[in-house]
Amino acid sequence: MIRPLLLGFVLSGSLPVAAQAADKIVVGSKAFTEGFVLGEIAAQTIEAGSRVPVERKLGMGSTGILFEALKSGAIDVYADYTGTLSEAMLKRPDLKSIDDIQHALLNLDLVISAPLGFNDTYALAVKESFAEKHALHSISDLARVAADIKAAFSYEFMDRKDGYPRMAEAYGLHLAPQRVNRMEHSLAFQAIDDGAVDLIDVNSTDAKIEKSNLRVLKDDRRFFPVYQAVWVARKAFAERHPREWRSLLALEGSINEQAMINMNAQADIQKMSYAKIASQYLGSEAPRSQSWQSGILLRTREHLWLVGVSLLFSVLVGIPLGLAAVRFHAAGQGILITSALIQTVPSLALLCFLIPVFGVGTKPALAALCLYSLLPVVLNTFTGVRSIDPRHLENARAFGLKRSQILFRIVLPLASPTVLAGIKTATIVSIGTATLAALVGAGGYGAPIVSGLSLNDVPTILTGAIPAALMALVAYGVFEVLGLALIPAGIRKRS
Amino acid sequence: MLALQNIHKTFEARPVLTDVSLTVPKGATHALIGSSGSGKTTLLRITLGMIPFDKGYVKINDQALLSFSPVEWADRIGYVPQDGGLFPHLTGYHNVSLIAKLRGWSKSRIAARVEELRGLVELGEDILVRFPHEMSGGQQQRVAIMRAEMMDPAVMLLDEPMAALDPLIRRTLQQELKSIFQRLGKTVLLVTHDLGEAVFLADQITLLHEGRVVQSGTYAELLHHPADAFVTSFINAQRMLPDAAAVA
Repeated sequence: MIRPLLLGFVLSGSLPVAAQAADKIVVGSKAFTEGFVLGEIAAQTIEAGSRVPVERKLGMGSTGILFEALKSGAIDVYADYTGTLSEAMLKRPDLKSIDDIQHALLNLDLVISAPLGFNDTYALAVKESFAEKHALHSISDLARVAADIKAAFSYEFMDRKDGYPRMAEAYGLHLAPQRVNRMEHSLAFQAIDDGAVDLIDVNSTDAKIEKSNLRVLKDDRRFFPVYQAVWVARKAFAERHPREWRSLLALEGSINEQAMINMNAQADIQKMSYAKIASQYLGSEAPRSQSWQSGILLRTREHLWLVGVSLLFSVLVGIPLGLAAVRFHAAGQGILITSALIQTVPSLALLCFLIPVFGVGTKPALAALCLYSLLPVVLNTFTGVRSIDPRHLENARAFGLKRSQILFRIVLPLASPTVLAGIKTATIVSIGTATLAALVGAGGYGAPIVSGLSLNDVPTILTGAIPAALMALVAYGVFEVLGLALIPAGIRKRS
Repeated sequence: MLALQNIHKTFEARPVLTDVSLTVPKGATHALIGSSGSGKTTLLRITLGMIPFDKGYVKINDQALLSFSPVEWADRIGYVPQDGGLFPHLTGYHNVSLIAKLRGWSKSRIAARVEELRGLVELGEDILVRFPHEMSGGQQQRVAIMRAEMMDPAVMLLDEPMAALDPLIRRTLQQELKSIFQRLGKTVLLVTHDLGEAVFLADQITLLHEGRVVQSGTYAELLHHPADAFVTSFINAQRMLPDAAAVA
């Protein structure tokens, strides 16, 4: 099986081979509504004309993660936008035409399709009522209200070259910095609905623009590049599976802007499943959706696997490291500081660093979780062993106990309450952090959280969040019982 | 018989023990006494084989420490650490049997030996299932003596066995300890800073000061024929209360 192998590789730390070896096609997608819909359309299109199994890794975090995943061969194809490819990925804003972009991508062994038929550009939007009140029609008009407008922009929009900073420069727009919030995109709609902010960035095909009664401000200085949706694929995939790649190319020019807005609305407003939206659009039979029970069962298995392996790693590596930190003073400080430093790397950033090495899917998620769960175990082992009364160790030596006997008969039992508490912390943190694994396509309870977040759909989020919380509770209970079994009764209550 | 012969030990070029000798004849109880910093703890650790020394010999029944492996040596010296030093995570029974178990004794052999020792120290049957924190100070001490005796060592070494106990309990325990020593018939070296305890328990006393033996002998010899002024001042300092006449 793949999983025991994976465990072996995680523990040995050897480099992985790209995921292309098995004959399957991996479809990725961005983690917002349109991404999910296009990913599902791609998956079903391939499935309709091919026997090669299709693996869906939908809702994989930011553009950066997807692009890395594609380059490393962890996914074969996903939908992106010309503007994003040239500005954010290739860092070549001068590339305007499809041919130019295609040419640049070929150097990376990537190919793209012709445009699918719609332009999903960045845009700024305000409430219709707010626009009326201040007579706002274009982005230039914002200058008049710049002093007291409150904005919420998505993280990507804040950081991209074609995003807020350059746009503000191009328009000479000076919003008060403390009034510009960074926010998860789908939550920005909630914020503007609630009147918490006045201005947000939107994608022009977003169905929520209409639902929230927003006015899209005209890009009167034509700052934003064109964002034609295209398929981006690995060249190797196109060559290996020409029929499948051709079936995707057949969709070129076939999805117009209104069609895309409608599909987004079906997902965001009517809460239809992505699979159903895609099959309706393609005029095909929707793939039979799994029952919610089997869905939860699958996610529970994925989540347990992520948490279980990282836990095993943190115990097998963390306890010896903690012991080493006690024994070797200088190296010990190094061990403690390193594991603390790892902890300070934001989880998404860590995942992003790990993708070039591990690809996407379970591997980078496991690697990140292993690293994260290390600190509590190392630190608690160190603290637990250090706080043992040194006279007990001295006495054990005087009784002629060998080093290993002192370790297993005296040191570990006496430190067991603290060590176990560390493992417990690692487990519970890891159950929470593992929800982020969905962003790199590792599944688990994070999958409904990510897709629910993109839809701003609380019930969907809860189908991931509640089981995750329950799992944490169960883990807590399991450790209480383990404590009774593993901590010697003589020191259980007193510590 | 336990013999320490001409032991020298320096630590970072500073002499800690200088030419220390003492002999405990078979079956006798000997007290090593001195204030803190006198070197008695260092001598104790040397006797236990835990730290190296520069010159001299430690011998049990004329066999030198250095001819044994640490494990063999540990089984020849029964050690009772300060205040018993029981491992808090083990029951009395497991404290007593730990070393025998690690040496591969059978369960029945262990059980028989524990039972034998329990009789010798007169400990109630129900005490051994308790953890140290559930025992009284006296019970802990008897369990610690059982543990030291488990491998039937030639010599027993006690380090401040009653340092943390209050004076009233102390007196009772000293009496118990004395009768246990008599029943066991062991060669005993007792390390203490308490002259009263040394006099009560031991046949011979060795007074250590600044890493040297100041005087060895019975209490009467120390009292009536002190080797130097330090011996007298040490004895006087430990006579706690003034005479009734002095406070009248």
